[in-house]
Amino acid sequence: MSSPVPSLPHGPASTDPASARLNLGVALQLLSQSGHELPALEKVGSTAWLQAIVDALCDLSSRDPLTGLANRRHFEVALAREIDRVARVGEPALVLMVDIDRFKAVNDTHGHAAGDLVIQFVAEALQECVRPMDTVARFGGEEFAVILPNCPPAFGQTVAERIRRKVEQGVITVATQQQLSVTISIGGAYAPQWVRSSAPLWIERADQQLYRAKTTGRNRACLEQPTVSMVSVEEKGMLFGTSQFQDIESTS
Amino acid sequence: MSMPNTTTSPTAVPAGMRARILAVTSGKGGVGKTFVSANLAAALVRQGERVLVLDADLGLANLDVVLNLFPKITLHDVFTGKSTLDEAILQAPGGFSVLLAGSGLVEYSRLTPEVRDKLLEIIQALAPRFDRILIDTGAGISDVVLYAISLAHEVLVVATPEPTSLTDAYATIKVLATQQQRTSLSLAVNQVSRIGEGRVIRGQLQQVVDRFVTPTMADPSVAFRLELIGEIPSDTSVREAVQRRQLLLETFPGSEAAKGVSGMAARLAAS
Repeated sequence: MSSPVPSLPHGPASTDPASARLNLGVALQLLSQSGHELPALEKVGSTAWLQAIVDALCDLSSRDPLTGLANRRHFEVALAREIDRVARVGEPALVLMVDIDRFKAVNDTHGHAAGDLVIQFVAEALQECVRPMDTVARFGGEEFAVILPNCPPAFGQTVAERIRRKVEQGVITVATQQQLSVTISIGGAYAPQWVRSSAPLWIERADQQLYRAKTTGRNRACLEQPTVSMVSVEEKGMLFGTSQFQDIESTS
Repeated sequence: MSMPNTTTSPTAVPAGMRARILAVTSGKGGVGKTFVSANLAAALVRQGERVLVLDADLGLANLDVVLNLFPKITLHDVFTGKSTLDEAILQAPGGFSVLLAGSGLVEYSRLTPEVRDKLLEIIQALAPRFDRILIDTGAGISDVVLYAISLAHEVLVVATPEPTSLTDAYATIKVLATQQQRTSLSLAVNQVSRIGEGRVIRGQLQQVVDRFVTPTMADPSVAFRLELIGEIPSDTSVREAVQRRQLLLETFPGSEAAKGVSGMAARLAAS
């Protein structure tokens, strides 16, 4: 799965004094185990080689090992960036919180290995249903989060429904002769255009919708009613339209 | 739904509160919202009310400039726990009390659970002590503005006849009607070129609201009502008073604009 990682130069093998003082054994071992490839072309101990290690470590620290999705740390960074973008650019964005229904029962009945397979299956389904620009993260346990930048309100329910159906229709082989299906509940909240929100509040609002999905029967997507602050051409036309200078109020 | 709602509907104002809480907002900035808040407060004092103006324009406040007050203790110190609420309440020239935001509140210009709790706490502490609280919100329709408005019983939207101001006022009305399920709002039109222009504008806005907003509301059978509570004529004395950093009602009480504001106060006090 990965090319052999160059081993750490021992002693003064490197001519670079900085890297000679660094103890990179643990880092290299971590990267090797996680299947990261280091550039074979770079000279071991060179600045470019060190940069590659740092980049690989950054990547490693932003991913969830089981699913390969963004982890919670990366999700929070991406969410903060999205909040800044929404406030500045004014494109609406959507956050979805996704939770596997009755996951504990899967673990209890089929074991933790099966539970892991279910989590991996849902992770893959999520990734397949969204655009490359969207951030899919494992939020914790059996909970996932998705950030959809530039997501118009009309599109949100469609994408949430697509995810829900994809998972519902999937079949997971957890052991030979043993297949199972799971469902998910989805809660979503929009960051309205031009509005500067905060990360905890945005997640809290999506969580409220997730709670609503759970309490109204699971296997459903509940999205917060988006704040419609856009004024359409039709509305403006009427606001400044032909009757602009007519006193339409009856003077009584 | 049993979980606390955050920004979508008006916060239940606890029973036993005395003050009528009026949020003054505008959508677009620069339409005279703070000027209206300050002078309306002075006019309400003349109607015999005990009035407090809460500067909720966290981050970009200019009520201090309008009132020519530059206090050492502000809402910022109350937020950080450095001062008590009473230490931050000032007497403004028009005979009303005022709680100024102070410039240090930029860090609070995002609605965090902390800002939410603090604002609610402050309103609850102030309400029993006044007849009316005016919340001067920031421009725009940010989370903080929407939350501050959700604390109020009534909302006054200030607009000017300019198309940009009308569009933003309309967007604000739309958000408040759909998100906070409000069924009525008050409108004040500032800088009208003639008396009657405000009525035309109210009619225009109402017409678009009837056509585009009411059908999308939770209960479309309830007609959303926009009520004109005042028109303030374009008046050079306003500019003069603002530049002197004095209240119009104190400096030029006989001006047309001052009469417009006094009329608004009379209508509010009577309702």
